[in-house]
Amino acid sequence: MITLGDIKNILYDPSRETTERLAQEASRLTRQHFGRTITLYAPLYLSNFCSSYCTYCGFHSHNRIKRFKLTAHQMRQEMSFLAEEGIENALLLTGESYQATPLSYLKEATTIAKAYFPNISLEVHPMEKAEYHELFAQGVDGISVYQETYNRQRYQHVHRSGKKADYNYRLGAPERAAQAGMRHIALGILLGLADVAEDLHNLYQHIYWMERHYPGVEYSISFPRLRPVKGEDFAYCDVNDITLVRIICLTRIHFPRVGINCSTRESPQLRNHILELGVTRMSAGSNTSVGGYTITAPDKQDPQFDIKDNRSVSEMISLLKERHFDPVLTDWRRIEVA
Amino acid sequence: METLLPTPQTAFTDTSLEIAGKIFSSRFLLGTGKFRDKTELTESIKASGAQIVTVALRRIDLERHEENILGYIPQDVTLLTNTSGARNAKEAVRIAHLARESGCGNWVKVEVINDSKYLLPDNEETVKATAILACEGFVVLPYMYPDLYTARALVKAGAATVMPLGSPIGSGQGLRIKEFIQILIDEIDIPIIVDAGLGVPSHAAQAMEMGADAVLVNTAVATADNPPLLAQAFALAIQAGRLAYADKNKSQPTPPMTANPSSPLTGFLYDS
Repeated sequence: MITLGDIKNILYDPSRETTERLAQEASRLTRQHFGRTITLYAPLYLSNFCSSYCTYCGFHSHNRIKRFKLTAHQMRQEMSFLAEEGIENALLLTGESYQATPLSYLKEATTIAKAYFPNISLEVHPMEKAEYHELFAQGVDGISVYQETYNRQRYQHVHRSGKKADYNYRLGAPERAAQAGMRHIALGILLGLADVAEDLHNLYQHIYWMERHYPGVEYSISFPRLRPVKGEDFAYCDVNDITLVRIICLTRIHFPRVGINCSTRESPQLRNHILELGVTRMSAGSNTSVGGYTITAPDKQDPQFDIKDNRSVSEMISLLKERHFDPVLTDWRRIEVA
Repeated sequence: METLLPTPQTAFTDTSLEIAGKIFSSRFLLGTGKFRDKTELTESIKASGAQIVTVALRRIDLERHEENILGYIPQDVTLLTNTSGARNAKEAVRIAHLARESGCGNWVKVEVINDSKYLLPDNEETVKATAILACEGFVVLPYMYPDLYTARALVKAGAATVMPLGSPIGSGQGLRIKEFIQILIDEIDIPIIVDAGLGVPSHAAQAMEMGADAVLVNTAVATADNPPLLAQAFALAIQAGRLAYADKNKSQPTPPMTANPSSPLTGFLYDS
């Protein structure tokens, strides 16, 4: 297991050669284990109700935005749009409100989504094992639950109130999801919230632990950087492109078979280059507002974060092909054996 | 100056590979994952001469017909759907059913992996899935860790072949457990197809020299700079290995037991 000291040495080494060396090795390992393939997915926001106050998030409970959640009819409208765009891996998201988007609402959303997508993942509030199991039985195959930061002090500072302020409950969520049978679990840290090397070291330990105890799960990792919300910046520390690239490469070298996600938070230019370095899953044609694809007019949207890469799904597919990648729309088909 | 490679001429006729009553002249099975371009996949299949091609059901894009991988596999090739993603026997059986319902036929490569770090197969669950599917009329080619007891159980369960790994999937490390694969070759009467871990053509040649009936390659070809070229290199290596095996095993009189004139250990018996 790589030590914190080693991670610091690598991330903070000023030499350009270090970056290139990491990139060469990460690129080689990624091609060996994944070939030149990139899996595409898209987020679909179901609700922006939230009962937690997280200082950096556009959905937080103190923010005066228009709150709403999709009705069944609206879900079909949004899902049908995404499916027609070519998306087959859908990530359904909500704010963290146990009241506004309870288990019953998520199960209903899943039932509807099954008609449109062969593979459904959720990024919602952490739950109990039994609840995760109900969702798995309903047709959910993946759960994304990011700890955001593993630094307890910083965690408490930015997660001021609501259920999300419970560090331990969130930390145990990936394990509960694994126990419930979920086949794909995404972990992650929000870069910019705390010391990056420490967070990375803790994230690695979390994944090692999960792999050791739940080897049957396919893991992926996300490294979202804090983005401004409607122009306002919340970053505690800056994570520049060089550091982000080193984080991705280092992660690939230590976890050769783990998926690495990259969202449209990042710029088209960075995403074009990062394709070669270890990323295996990318979102495409994303909108981070509830009803943002077909319902809410662009000037009325309250996004969770601002998007940098506005290219459509078909534009991403063309770009991947131009760069000799096979865009993978289907990397899992629901089999429903729960 | 560029020149075409000479085609070796051979008068040797081989016995054909028979799986579930179907006859194959090629001993090369090709996997279809990890290719950067689907047209390159078609060219690689042609260059390999493979007559059996594996496809993961999870990657078959039933919704988008223009990108559907099945459209890139020549019609005359036998499709072998694999159960990639199955974590236990129940899931493997479910995937095989979905494959058959989707029109992918009844040839299935049972692959049960409950370890995302090393991707090693779960032999016990593999035997269970094989027994269920063989009973239901599937032609089952199970992927396994080379263990004699498991191989025997697979034969008993109705497997059409046994497919031991050479080393972990995608690792390209070659035959890391060749002695144990040799035991299966020597002891098991149904075809042995070495699958996974063959990184370069010489690995495939080595497996064939040992007496494997066929090999399955995917990553090494799919991730090559020129996949059709490497597919052909593997095809030639497989033939080379097969010829070497045939030579080693051709019926020939056993060398006469000739006396060693020096007889250092037993000479005393005869010295008088």
